[in-house]
Amino acid sequence: MSGFITILLVILVFVIIYQIGKASEYASVMRGQEVVKYKTNRILAWLLVAFFVLGVYGIWKCNEYFMPLMLPVAACDNGVKFDSMLYVTIVVTGIVFFATQTVLFWFVFRYQTTEKSKSFYFAHSNKLELIWTTIPAIAMAVLVAIGLKNWANVTSAAPANATVVEVVGKQFNWVVRYPGKDNELGKRDFRKINDANNVLGLDWTDPHNNDDIISQKGELHVVVGKPVKLLIGSRDVIHDVGLSHFRMKMDAVPGITTTMWFTPTITTDSMKAITGNPNFVYEISCDQMCGKGHYSMRGTIIVETQAQYDKWMSEQKSYYAENNAPAAGTEAPKAEVKMDSTKAVSMK
Amino acid sequence: MNHGEVIIEGPNVAHSAVAEHHGHEHHEQHFIWKYIFSQDHKMISKQFLVTGIIWAIIGALMSVFFRLQLGFPDSTFPIMEKFLGEWAKGGKLSPEFYYALVTMHGTILVFFVLTAGLSGTFSNYLIPLQVGARDMASPFMNMLSYWFFFLSSIIMLTSLFIETGPASGGWTTYPPLSALKEASMGSGLGMDLWLLSMALFVVSSLLGSLNYISTILNMRTKGMTMTRMPLTIWALLFTAVLGVLSFPVLFSGFVLLIFDRNFGTSFYLSEIFIGGKALPHIGGSAILYQHLFWFLGHPEVYIIMLPGMGMASEVLSTHSRKPIFGYFAMIISLIGITFLAFLVWAHHMFVTGMSPFLGSIFVLLTLLIAVPSAVKVFNWLTTMWRGNLRFNPPMLFAIGFVSLFISGGLTGIFLGNSAIDIHLHDTYFVIAHFHIVMGVSAFFGMFAGIYHWFPKMFGRFMNNTLAYIHFFITLAGAYLIFWPMHYEGIAGMPRRYYDFSAWETFKHFQDINAFISIVATIVFFAQLVFVVNFFASIFRGRKVTVKNPWGSTTLEWTTEIHPGHGNWEGDIPEVYRWPYDYKDDGNGGDFIPQTTPLRPGEESH
Repeated sequence: MSGFITILLVILVFVIIYQIGKASEYASVMRGQEVVKYKTNRILAWLLVAFFVLGVYGIWKCNEYFMPLMLPVAACDNGVKFDSMLYVTIVVTGIVFFATQTVLFWFVFRYQTTEKSKSFYFAHSNKLELIWTTIPAIAMAVLVAIGLKNWANVTSAAPANATVVEVVGKQFNWVVRYPGKDNELGKRDFRKINDANNVLGLDWTDPHNNDDIISQKGELHVVVGKPVKLLIGSRDVIHDVGLSHFRMKMDAVPGITTTMWFTPTITTDSMKAITGNPNFVYEISCDQMCGKGHYSMRGTIIVETQAQYDKWMSEQKSYYAENNAPAAGTEAPKAEVKMDSTKAVSMK
Repeated sequence: MNHGEVIIEGPNVAHSAVAEHHGHEHHEQHFIWKYIFSQDHKMISKQFLVTGIIWAIIGALMSVFFRLQLGFPDSTFPIMEKFLGEWAKGGKLSPEFYYALVTMHGTILVFFVLTAGLSGTFSNYLIPLQVGARDMASPFMNMLSYWFFFLSSIIMLTSLFIETGPASGGWTTYPPLSALKEASMGSGLGMDLWLLSMALFVVSSLLGSLNYISTILNMRTKGMTMTRMPLTIWALLFTAVLGVLSFPVLFSGFVLLIFDRNFGTSFYLSEIFIGGKALPHIGGSAILYQHLFWFLGHPEVYIIMLPGMGMASEVLSTHSRKPIFGYFAMIISLIGITFLAFLVWAHHMFVTGMSPFLGSIFVLLTLLIAVPSAVKVFNWLTTMWRGNLRFNPPMLFAIGFVSLFISGGLTGIFLGNSAIDIHLHDTYFVIAHFHIVMGVSAFFGMFAGIYHWFPKMFGRFMNNTLAYIHFFITLAGAYLIFWPMHYEGIAGMPRRYYDFSAWETFKHFQDINAFISIVATIVFFAQLVFVVNFFASIFRGRKVTVKNPWGSTTLEWTTEIHPGHGNWEGDIPEVYRWPYDYKDDGNGGDFIPQTTPLRPGEESH
């Protein structure tokens, strides 16, 4: 019933608005069309100018509102470079934005039609066109130059001393794998995956796997000041490792391993102090639509000192020990059988 | 005022009815052939327009529903349950249907409204009228183009009502999400219907575009050289060229996806474990789909933008009573945009793991496209300089178009630069960017076109007061909705999230999300003002009493107020000059129609 009344009310409002519209039309006929035309034109010019002025004020207020809510200082060197590049781009485009919008609304006001005004026949000017082809081209060249330099930095090969960690996306959480004591990630095969005790499909015939540590809560521990290289993969659909605080992201694509590296410069604890937020945490957001739980696919990064990291690491049990110790002997052959059966299917 | 000025008709309304009976081609047609299976380009155009408006209402209503969820994640809205039933039990949108809504909102607005509804309407309407042709090259194909679109629409609409819901993998429908039924509810039957519908849509688009191109190239009237064509026609020509060259690539991408979904192939699938088992697919590439998709997807945004650019040029010039500035520069920049549109697609894929070197090339090509776009903006501004601006509704929307195109275009410079995109990719910054530039700005171009050519289409005017209300609410609303989203995006807030409350990094944007949702709802209702105005004016609007109410130079205004099938009675007029001769005609008028021969001693443009 209430829905019905709401709909009726909405219809009523539209009828009234329409009638007002029609009435104003008849009124303008009665008052003599030409005079009204110029008067309306003048009102509209003022309204447009008012829109512009209010708009600029709105931009100011919006900026004021958002400033305290923005991300804190970037937590890695490339992120800091990103921020300065973003700033340059905002300034360049900001100047163009205010200049062109001001000109637009100034012309609207200045060249509105009046009883006497006539337009000036001005069809083209090679000189002007040359100027405003060249200036944007130069501005773009500068921005491209800064951009490509940063891009080359961000996508360069990771330093040799980087810690390698694997991050794998699945619907709807992140799985993080550390190489363990041997500093090497073992082989894995999607056909060996088993949600109960082999979430990444580790190949137990590869000894490098024995000491690998897996966090199914999506906790990525990294050492401040030490480069970390992420090997990114996906078990099912495309996900994306989004690291807002480090100003970077990379897709997780099934069948392809992508990489991304950075050197964290601010620990989680220092960031709590910087932001004044005791609950501060570096979050990994999934930034590529991956299904109904996409919005809840959350991981965390804990940036800590070497000592804290070592302590945490020493408390971790290897994934093998956690899951397979009692049934280690039977697990490997089981996986073999499974692999064969999938092969058989694919051959049909 | 000049002789082209609007005069409101008094009691003598019989005028237009008389005009209709002069037509030597006029003969009574059965309702079905005149209004439904019509081969008259003007009627087909109106069919596209009305279908587009209906789709726009549906698509916009969807955005209101998911904005309610985003703005008020803790509240319930019983009215939603009335509309959506099971999908919004207790007035709370389910996550599955939230994703279905954002997917359908994107698909509907991008393809059904801003492609079919925009270029379908105006290419059909303006091409024959402005180049001086009696109809399209193939009126029959033209009719088929609409009916394929209609069929495609019906299938897409049907998918909204099936048990597993419509496609829900985003309007880009990236596999594997869209390829595997196990991955998402919407990847079941809904996705099959989506693909079928889109395949038919491509057919419709190709039938239309080929027709538009042949008509423009072959059927121009005597004297209508290419360089005497209005910029609308140039823009619509390149829109059609873009469609013809890129839609087939999308089609091939869809065919491979259909194969992967139903026939066990592995074009896009590799090494996947889902639904508790490992799938047999090996060796496919999920990224391949993205290349095929964006090879259309990026030209698609220019398919959406170019008609608006063309119409804004025409409207700005006419209502400024001044020639468009830099006619040739405008054409060259259209050519530049069209050419570059095919070379920038991978800027949507900077963070897919694509080779960084390839990324660099695409950065360069992408930022290159800013140059012709900038030239167009400066030319529009100069067109207004020292003009004689009349703020009729189409003019207001054209001004709004320029303002929004600047705002949305500038943020493209951020996203086209891979080193910035690496942070802003898939955040609300992207949402803000493309909604302003190819959403609202394209809509403003379309509104400018509708308000400008409505008198020609229906022989009546739309109501000005309602148009002004519509304009100011929409312009202010667009900025209020999308301006704050830039900040959210720079703060890293990801798009396509159902709820942010669990995120330490994003949850403090809740208030602004609520604000955006409220404005979006108001703007939705403001669009209904337009819809009411549109349909009421068809039947009750102020009648047009002169052939050329805006004082325009182009050919469509030389036809009768209600042109019959065939457009001109008697011979098609001959063209002697370029379309923007807004200058003293020697008799106190401020424009010279294209059909007026050059005066002795006058030089052609």
